[in-house]
Amino acid sequence: MHYHWDLAMVLADTDRWLHGIGITLLYSVATVAGGIVIGVFCGLALLSPKRWVTLPLEAYVEIFRCTPLLIQIVWFYYALPIVLNFSLPAWLAAGMGLTLYMGAFCTEIFRAGVMSIGRGQWQAGRAVGMTYAQLMRRIVLPQAVRRMIPPLLNQSITQLKNTALLYVVAVPDLMYTSSIITAETYRPLEVYTSAAAIYFIMLYPLTLFAKRLETRVDR
Amino acid sequence: MTGDEDRQRPMIEVTDLVKNYGSLAALRGVSLGVAKGEVVVLIGPSGCGKSTLLRCVHLLEEPTSGTIRVGAQQISFGGSGPALTGRKLAAYRSRIGMVFQHFELFPHMTALENVMEGPVTVKRMDRRAAAAVGRGLLAKVGLAGKEESYPAQLSGGQAQRVAIARALAMSPEVMLFDEVTSALDPELVGEVLAVMRQLAEDGTTMIVVTHEIAFARDIADHVLFMDAGAIAEHGRADDVLLCPANPRTRAFLSRFHNTGTLRSSG
Repeated sequence: MHYHWDLAMVLADTDRWLHGIGITLLYSVATVAGGIVIGVFCGLALLSPKRWVTLPLEAYVEIFRCTPLLIQIVWFYYALPIVLNFSLPAWLAAGMGLTLYMGAFCTEIFRAGVMSIGRGQWQAGRAVGMTYAQLMRRIVLPQAVRRMIPPLLNQSITQLKNTALLYVVAVPDLMYTSSIITAETYRPLEVYTSAAAIYFIMLYPLTLFAKRLETRVDR
Repeated sequence: MTGDEDRQRPMIEVTDLVKNYGSLAALRGVSLGVAKGEVVVLIGPSGCGKSTLLRCVHLLEEPTSGTIRVGAQQISFGGSGPALTGRKLAAYRSRIGMVFQHFELFPHMTALENVMEGPVTVKRMDRRAAAAVGRGLLAKVGLAGKEESYPAQLSGGQAQRVAIARALAMSPEVMLFDEVTSALDPELVGEVLAVMRQLAEDGTTMIVVTHEIAFARDIADHVLFMDAGAIAEHGRADDVLLCPANPRTRAFLSRFHNTGTLRSSG
């Protein structure tokens, strides 16, 4: 192969790369945080015995889990404005899609975490006279949160990669920046390899951390 | 005058208690009374409703109908919706101690924290005072020095004794024991029974579900034999265990007599 690599040329515009990385990180942190907040509330509400509470939440979770994120982002950008009759800015439409998607998975993680605490623990708490709130705060959540951390971390890792889909609505994240630089330099090999390397460098430490946590939780 | 009546009136009175699970009748109108300081032992084949009865008395299960009176509080079941909910239900349960077959210690807390949890969270007791109570109770069940151990570091017998201390920490009016030695290795059963025997001697009001017939004869004031969701026979421990009148009681006890676990001392 006689391909002449020219990394210097595609990486020359450091500021633009850094800006792209910044946007990717910003969206990752914001949508993970938003998703966890959604997950806590919806996950707790899902434990209710009332069907009119749980049915809409189950529908929300399954719709967002079982449709492509790409369609969700595009839908919020192109379709929702038609329904609401006013257009959302791209950054908001894309952010809403990503946040609700993360929220659906967090809801499931939260619900499963609480459900994983056995009936016996609930009964032991009730047996000393705890109210539902005391039981949750003192007995169930401290144990459940420990079990939720590894899946939450895994979902966050996936979420950071999912932000690459923002490029379809022209949010200038790392992926969109790469496509622009490719168009300008005609160097897709160098650009996308560099972008992949940057994603890897951001995520690899997180996966190591997740593994360490999992072994600690096992103990 | 009223004082005398109070003393004679059972501290706990269960009347016509019924518990149905769908079409399955787990309890078919059970009545019993337990006086203050009395030890009542429930025996019977598995599935006869002994555990259900305990769980209904503790309101871990909502009885289908009947009444339960503990002290001055009388609760009737069978109306629309649960008889007690929320804080009232929690307050009722805090007066009754329960020890489970599988211990159910809180795994994220040390032995001492397990015992302190009820007083601190439910009774809002000062942490220092609760720690003192906790240490005292752990010593009482023979676990001084194990305060900082986590449940995973304890043997089954030790864990069950912590669970007994945890229930005692609420100063309950009655202690319920639900087959508390059934999940233990045989060599660990003795240490738990010894603690229960001590409690009985101290005058603790207890309702005990057990398969340890010899132990039942030792500590019970009254023995109830349950069969198919009803009390088939009841009376003083020696009467029921040594000369049962009911053929079903006799059949149930025969294996213990045959193996020499029980011997009439007459």
